[in-house]
Amino acid sequence: MREVAIIGVGITKFGELWNKSFRALGIEAGAKAIEDANLSGSEIDGVFIGNLSAGRFINQQHIDALVADYTGMATNHIPATRVEAGGASGGVAFRQGVMAVASGMHDIVMVGGAEKMTDLDDASINSVMDATADSEWEAEMGATFASLHAMIAQRMIHEGTATREEIASVAVNSHFHGAFNPNAQFKKAVPIETVLRSGPVATPLGMFDTAPISDGAASVVLCPLEDAKKYTDNYVKVAASAQASDTLALFQRPDITSYGATVAASQKAYQAAGITAADINVAEVHDVYSVGGIMALQDLGFYKKGEAGKAMLEGQCHYDSGKVAINTSGGLKARGHPIGATGVAQIVEIAQQLRGTADNRQVKGAKYGLAQNVGGTGSAVTVSILEAI
Amino acid sequence: MDVGIVSYGAYVPRYRIKPEEIGRIWGVDGKGMGKGLMINQKSVPSPDEDVVTIATEAARNMMARVPEVDPRDIGAIYVGSESHPYAVKPTSTIVAEAIEATPNMTAADMEFACKAGTAGIQVCMGLVGSGMVKYGVAIGADTSQGAPGDALEYSASAGGAAYLIGSEKIIAKINKTLSFTTDTPDFWRREGQPYPKHGGRFTGEPAYFRHITSAAKMMMEAVGTKPEDYDYAVFHQPNGKFPTRVAAQLGFTPEQIQYGLLTPEIGNTYSGAVPLGLANVLDHAKPGDRIFVTSYGSGAGSDAFDITVTDEMKNYKRDKAPVLEKVLADPIYLDYGTYAKFKGKIVMPE
Amino acid sequence: MAGVAREWREIPGRYNLKGTKCGNCGKIFFPGRSFCPVCRRASMGKMEDYDVCRTGKVFTFSVVHEAPESNNLQKPYVVAMVQTDDGVMITAQLVDVEFDKVQIGMPVKAVLRKLSTDGESGIIRYGYKFVPCE
Repeated sequence: MREVAIIGVGITKFGELWNKSFRALGIEAGAKAIEDANLSGSEIDGVFIGNLSAGRFINQQHIDALVADYTGMATNHIPATRVEAGGASGGVAFRQGVMAVASGMHDIVMVGGAEKMTDLDDASINSVMDATADSEWEAEMGATFASLHAMIAQRMIHEGTATREEIASVAVNSHFHGAFNPNAQFKKAVPIETVLRSGPVATPLGMFDTAPISDGAASVVLCPLEDAKKYTDNYVKVAASAQASDTLALFQRPDITSYGATVAASQKAYQAAGITAADINVAEVHDVYSVGGIMALQDLGFYKKGEAGKAMLEGQCHYDSGKVAINTSGGLKARGHPIGATGVAQIVEIAQQLRGTADNRQVKGAKYGLAQNVGGTGSAVTVSILEAI
Repeated sequence: MDVGIVSYGAYVPRYRIKPEEIGRIWGVDGKGMGKGLMINQKSVPSPDEDVVTIATEAARNMMARVPEVDPRDIGAIYVGSESHPYAVKPTSTIVAEAIEATPNMTAADMEFACKAGTAGIQVCMGLVGSGMVKYGVAIGADTSQGAPGDALEYSASAGGAAYLIGSEKIIAKINKTLSFTTDTPDFWRREGQPYPKHGGRFTGEPAYFRHITSAAKMMMEAVGTKPEDYDYAVFHQPNGKFPTRVAAQLGFTPEQIQYGLLTPEIGNTYSGAVPLGLANVLDHAKPGDRIFVTSYGSGAGSDAFDITVTDEMKNYKRDKAPVLEKVLADPIYLDYGTYAKFKGKIVMPE
Repeated sequence: MAGVAREWREIPGRYNLKGTKCGNCGKIFFPGRSFCPVCRRASMGKMEDYDVCRTGKVFTFSVVHEAPESNNLQKPYVVAMVQTDDGVMITAQLVDVEFDKVQIGMPVKAVLRKLSTDGESGIIRYGYKFVPCE
C-alpha cells in the first residue's frame, strides 16, 4: 500500500446560499482544490463525492455523473463515484479516495462533498435527516433525529456523566471558533445562556444545540505521498483513515452514551498512525447536536467518561488552550452542516491547521490532526488522522 | 345449550372535559346544562385514538382475563360503531389481527347508531348457539361526534367494551334477548358528513322512550319477571337524565341502575354506552345476580337482554385487566383549545 | 403518498411486538431478524418467533417540540426508549402522560395507537406506543 498525501483543498462558504445551485457549489469547491494543488485538472483520474440525498433535496439522482460532467471529468471519461453514509457521507468518500490512491488503482483523486439543502422546505429536510436513523423502527414510531440525540443527552444527565450546561458548552465552543472562520455560517460567539434559553427542539436540547440547515461544498485532492512534492511544498500526509459500523437503530445498542463505532474507528486509526490520542493537537468532531461533541471527546480518548463536558465548559477546547483544540472551524454547529460536505470540510480544516494556514484560529505547532464524521446516531463513523510534514 | 358471556373488557380514554369549559366558549351556562343532562364530564380521545384503538384495547383486556382461551378459537368478530375510521375497510379485521384471532374466522363492522354493540352480541349468540363458531366477539365502541356549539358537544365522548360470547365457562348466562325496531328518524348522519343531525325533542318520547319501554316490557312479559327481580339494570344513556327517567317509568329504582350508569362521569359513548355500563355491573356482580339490559339505537331500535351471573364468576380472572373503576381513575382534564386540537377541529395546513 | 405494502408486511411487529429469539444463544431481537448477528451461521434456521413483553420501564425520553408533519396535531409529544420486562429495548411514543410526570424508570405498557395517516384520504397506520401503568 502506498502512503497518501493531500495536495490541495477547497471549500465554499457554508450557509443559506439562495443564489447558488448544487452544481455551482460543487464546481466552486472542486476548482479551488485543483488550483490549490497547482493542477490543470486533466491529471485527475478518479472522483469520489459524498452526498446524502440530492435525490430528495434537489430531486437529482446520479450525482456522480453530474459532478463528473460539470467538473470537466466526463470529457476524459474519468470514473466518478457517489458515496452515501448518512452524515458520514463525506468522511466515507474521503476514505474511498484514500484507498483508491493507496491501492495504486488511482494516482490523482479528487474527493468532494456537497449538499444543497435549502431548495427543500424545512419539514421535508427534517424527514430526510430522520431517515438517517432507522426509518421503520425509529422515525416511523415518532422519533425525530433530534429526539434520538436528546434521549442520549437525557441519559447522560441521568447517569451523571454530563450536565445540561456542559452539553450546551459544546455549542458555545463551536460558536467561539466560528467567529474566526470567514466561511462559517455563523460568525458570532454566543454565551451559554443563549444556548440554554433557546427554544426547545427535543428536550433537553434546544435550537442552539442543533446544527443548522446549510448549503455548501468542500473538496480535497489526493496523490501518492512520494509524488506530492511534484505539485506543492505545502502538502499534508494522511496518517490514517479508518471506518467502523454499528447497528442502524440506537435502541439496539448496549450503551447509548458512547458510540462504539467511534471507539473502534479511532483505535484502528491511532494504530495505523502509530500514535495515541494524546498526540492529537487539533480535532474536528461531529457536533450535529451538542451532545455528540461530548461523546466524541470521550470515545476518541481525549477525555475519560464524565470529564469531556467539564473540559468543554472550562474552555479547554479553544484553539489557544494548549490542549487538543476542538472544532476550530466552528464545527457543524457554527461552520454549518451541508450534510455530504461536512466530512470533507473537516478534512479541509485539519489540513489547513497542519499547513499553518488557519489564520487567526491557528493552533500553534499542530503536528497531528483528527477528523471524526458520524452517520446516523453512530451507525457509521470515520476517523481520519492527518500529519504535518 | 347455554350461551353467554365468557369474558369482557372495557376501555375509556384518559382525557376529560367538563361542560362548563365547553359552555365558556359558546356563552352558555355549561354547568347548568351539565346539571340538566346529568353530565359532570365527558371522555375525550387522544389524537392518536380512534374506534380501532379503543376496540383493540377493550378486546385485549377481554382476552387478558381468559388466558386459557386460544384466540384462534374465535370464529367471528363484530365491531359496532358509528365512527369507524374508514368508510370502506373494516375496523374488525384490524382488531382481529391485534388479538391474533386471524385468519380462520369471519369479521364485519356494524352500524346501528348507539346499539350496534348490542346488535353484535345478538349475532354472536346466534353463531355460538347454532354451533357455527366456538367463540364470537362483539364490541361496541365510538369516538362520537358532536358539532361545535351543538347540545351534543356536551355529551359526545369516547370509549368501548368487548364481549367474548361462548357456551363454555360462561360467567353470565344470557337467558333471552329480543328487539323492538321501527323506522324513526330521530338522529342521523349522512355519508361524508362530519357531524350528525338530530330531531331535537323528537329524540325523546317517540324515539328513546317508546323503543326502550316497549322492548323492556316485552322482555319482562316474555320471561315472566318484574323490575324487582333484578339486581342491576342497564339502559342506554345518551345523558344521565334519560336512563334515570326511563328506569323510573318502568319501575326500576335508582340503586338498580347506579352501577350501569357511567354517562355522568364519561359522557355518551354511543355504541360503547350499554356495553360499558354492563361491564361496570359485571365488575361488581356476584354469582346469582340477575341483570336487565336494554340498549337503544336511533333510527330506531332497542335490544333487551335478560342475564344471570353464574358460579363461574368465582373462577374468572377479572384482575388480569383493569376494572372500570381503575380505568376511570386519574383522568387528565383538557381546556377547550386542547380539546379542539385533539378532536381535529383546528384546520391544519395540507 | 407511500405504498401500503411496506407497513402491511410489518403488522406482526407493529401490532403485537412480534420479534425473534436465537435458538442457539437465546438472544431476543426486536424487530425480528432472520439470523443472529452474534451466532451468525450457527443460528441459521434456528430463529424462533418471540412475543416481546408488553410492559417495561422508561430507559430515557425526550419531549419532541419540532415534530414531523404527520404528528402536528400531537406536538409536543414524548418519545422514549423503553426497556421491556424481558430486557428488550424499544423506541416508541409515550402517550396519555403529563410531561412533568415522565421520568426514567417509570413503568409503562404497550398499547395500539394511530402512528400516522396519509392525509385525509390515505391509509391509517397503527402500531405500538406506551402509556403509564402501575
